[in-house]
Amino acid sequence: MHGRPRKASKPEEEAASAAKAVKLRSLQSQFMKNHHDKIYTEEAIELSTKLLEINPEAYTAWNYRKLAVEDCLSRIDSDPNLVNSIFDEELRVVESALRQNFKSYGAWHHRKWVLSKGHSSIAHELKLLDKFQRLDSRNFHAWNYRRFVVELTKRSEQDELQYTDDMINNNFSNYSAWHNRSVLLSSLLAQNADGFMPNERIPDEYDLVHSAIFTDPDDQSGWFYHLWLLDQTLNVETPLLTSSWPSHGSTIILSGAGCLNGSSSKFTTFCSESGSFPLILYFDQAVGGVSSSTVTIDSELKGNEDLVWEPISYKNSQVSCVWVTHLKYVSTDLCEYKVKIRVGNSPGIVSSRGHNFRAPYEFVFTAHVHDTVKDSQEGIVSWTDGFDIWDAKSKDLNSLITLDQLQAEIDFKWRQEAIDSEVECFGILSDSKIGKLTLARLLMAREAMVSDDAVKGVRYEEILQLYNDLMALDSSHYQYYKDEHSVAFLHKMTSSSESLSRHLFRYRGMNNLVCLRLNNLSLSRIASVEKLLFVQMLDLSHNELHSTEGLEAMQLLSCLNLSHNRIRSFSALDSLRHVKQLKVLDVSHNHIGKHSVDTTRYLCSSPLSNSEWSQDDVGRQNPGLVTKYWDAYFVLRDLNLKQLDIAGNEISGNEFSSFVLQVVPKLVWLDGQKLGN
Amino acid sequence: MADKLVADKHLRYILNLMAEKKKESFESVVMDHLRMNGAYWGLTTLALLDKLGSVSEDEVVSWVMTCQHESGGFAGNTGHDPHVLYTLSAVQILALFDKLNILDVEKVSNYIAGLQNEDGSFSGDIWGEVDTRFSYIAICCLSILKCLDKINVKKAVDYIVSCKNLDGGFGCSPGAESHAGQIFCCVGALAITGNLHRVDKDLLGWWLCERQDYESGGLNGRPEKLPDVCYSWWVLSSLIMIDRVHWIEKAKLVKFILDSQDMDNGGISDRPSYTVDIFHTYFGVAGLSLLEYPGVKTIDPAYALPVHVINRILFTK
Repeated sequence: MHGRPRKASKPEEEAASAAKAVKLRSLQSQFMKNHHDKIYTEEAIELSTKLLEINPEAYTAWNYRKLAVEDCLSRIDSDPNLVNSIFDEELRVVESALRQNFKSYGAWHHRKWVLSKGHSSIAHELKLLDKFQRLDSRNFHAWNYRRFVVELTKRSEQDELQYTDDMINNNFSNYSAWHNRSVLLSSLLAQNADGFMPNERIPDEYDLVHSAIFTDPDDQSGWFYHLWLLDQTLNVETPLLTSSWPSHGSTIILSGAGCLNGSSSKFTTFCSESGSFPLILYFDQAVGGVSSSTVTIDSELKGNEDLVWEPISYKNSQVSCVWVTHLKYVSTDLCEYKVKIRVGNSPGIVSSRGHNFRAPYEFVFTAHVHDTVKDSQEGIVSWTDGFDIWDAKSKDLNSLITLDQLQAEIDFKWRQEAIDSEVECFGILSDSKIGKLTLARLLMAREAMVSDDAVKGVRYEEILQLYNDLMALDSSHYQYYKDEHSVAFLHKMTSSSESLSRHLFRYRGMNNLVCLRLNNLSLSRIASVEKLLFVQMLDLSHNELHSTEGLEAMQLLSCLNLSHNRIRSFSALDSLRHVKQLKVLDVSHNHIGKHSVDTTRYLCSSPLSNSEWSQDDVGRQNPGLVTKYWDAYFVLRDLNLKQLDIAGNEISGNEFSSFVLQVVPKLVWLDGQKLGN
Repeated sequence: MADKLVADKHLRYILNLMAEKKKESFESVVMDHLRMNGAYWGLTTLALLDKLGSVSEDEVVSWVMTCQHESGGFAGNTGHDPHVLYTLSAVQILALFDKLNILDVEKVSNYIAGLQNEDGSFSGDIWGEVDTRFSYIAICCLSILKCLDKINVKKAVDYIVSCKNLDGGFGCSPGAESHAGQIFCCVGALAITGNLHRVDKDLLGWWLCERQDYESGGLNGRPEKLPDVCYSWWVLSSLIMIDRVHWIEKAKLVKFILDSQDMDNGGISDRPSYTVDIFHTYFGVAGLSLLEYPGVKTIDPAYALPVHVINRILFTK
């Protein structure tokens, strides 16, 4: 089916083919008869041999042979010589079939089946494998079979590692060998086996993989191994708390719904009808086990025993980077409360890779409960008027900007040295695609390790330039580099109070909500959300976003502007279902309804896992519309929007608008128009 | 160089294959045992070109049913042994014709569920070959039949995740090298069961997008291999399921697929100027569907069936 040049067939070729076909047909039908009649004579078995020699893919013939072997074994005494000769014959047939087609699943599995019956001439198997490896060093059947034999014979990982060494030294362009090396090495490193300490071993591996990358920068064989080494260099197994809201040392203002009297423009104000505010914990990797026993809260705010913590993640998952609980307060108890949080108070917070959160981490913030003056006005939220530049002093933002990672505890020296050494090496490859890309990644990694504010952020200009170069150099992957550029841009912007404050405003219309403006920045991807947990109003309009992936952590977000982006469907907005504070959403002038292929369908809650949807009123009354707009239905149903803009999308129109009104009965403003009662 | 999809030629190519005419070439006899797969490839292509009505539904359906074994599984052709590979194709064919109701769903689903092993993996048949392809098949098939609860989904998912490699891809068994075909199977199975959060989308997305060959625009199946039209499906559908398809250059891939057509006789080959076959014809058209090529109906990237067929199944009780 593969690799045959197209040419018109000549009549004599067709005739020869037809003759061969007749012969094969006859063989096949004779075989089938033997198989169905369970005939396992020498003659019948020989027929199947002939068949498999011509067509090793005739899977029923391999099944037949297994039945024949079992039949033979049942009729002879367990004379080892007889048994061995039966198995030897099977191995011979497999070898001959593999010579026809060394990628035949049926043949390889038959061999495994024979070997697992206890018949082994292991030296022979390894020799056979060597032969196939020489024919095609990328034959994954052979590599899989090798793993099977290794398992059977309990060959050591160190010996197998040496084998990959030999293969790589023979020809570095052997991705299969690099892959196997990564499997063996990660196992040995995880065991802390003799001679396999990361700080010694990883630098050696960098040297080894340089041979692959530097000899031919266009050969991909070493790229992914190098990326894995980088991950091993950066990877801190112990989960860490990256940030929280409220953050350590901060002050927040709490109130009931309504307008605050002379609200301070210094602190974040949180208004709640429900009398509770979120407490957000953001870890550097997915963890489970965050609960009221592993996280303790010490405060005079009443009614906060046995809090329920939720992971912000897919429905099925019990692990997440982001965990939220809600602390209650009484809006009439006008007081100042100190709240002390102790994360990891008792063991139980565990990463999805099985590592425990270690040292308990404590942080303290202050909550002022303020009075409200009058009923809230349900005015329409504007994205253009009513904003004050926030003349934020560094110390004001420090009270808002979230924690840095606890890097002091981790053995950073060898990691920093390894990265620095790689940066120096890759400077040499600076004209090639892999050189630029690796350098950009190395510099990003180096930036992540910097805690000294004075030198933070110095590398970002270079990183951004590298991605610009890559967009020109490797235009096929333009969007990949664009996404990475956006990530680097956002890291840069959030790396200092000074750069962040240029984008921060306060919105008068809603008690001086903290507003982050990131519009018109060609952003194709969201990042650095862990540093933006304090944001209540976010303007991402006029960018190139096609998904809200990442925004789910922004639990304070009540207003979001995504107009003039590249959102293709409501399924792309699924992460917003977690943003329960969201009241104002603008998705006007996007591409919703324009594309037939939904690239986020399986990343959101699929209809399969929502069997209750047809039970509620809207589902019952409008099954057709719910089916047609299922993703809009799921997203909008879970939000309590007051204001929504959807104009300028292909999906917009009377039918969709009236559907929206049914799904969101409490909506007050649609596309700028106030809705009647 | 081709600038359009010659759908009519492909239609005729497929109908000829399905008719008795070419059945007696050597190439055809040698593929006899996987006719069920061939039928699925041909019929789904017809459905994507909105020409499913060109075949006799009754003829196809009754032939499919002759391939069912007493165990409940389906064989690749009448008289051959049952295997999950052909069981999925049979169920998919019946789904295309909206004829799932003729199945004894208990029987078929029990056959598949019975092949789940202790560690959550699936065997292809009673002879015990284990491969993540079979995990995908079991999950896809049982999902279509709405019997996913017959297997231990958690264990099935955990087994698939144990086949995840350090490059973000997936192999056929734990420790096996990443390969686009296996990646499609694992990502598809995780998609169907709502477990894509267990995929490192950025890492895998980069590995997948680097399958695109700068020169030809075609996609290969793993590093340092030749581009091949069939990867237009496996790589592309995987990228779509994890929302990273914007990382490849779609127009170039369209061109590669169109250039692999046989403009005179119909059919699509593995690469330009090579021999066409039904396998690559299907993957070429399916790839074009995912690339939103006009005139081709939309295919679902996880179930490999037209979206309207899947919606019909998933949205009804």
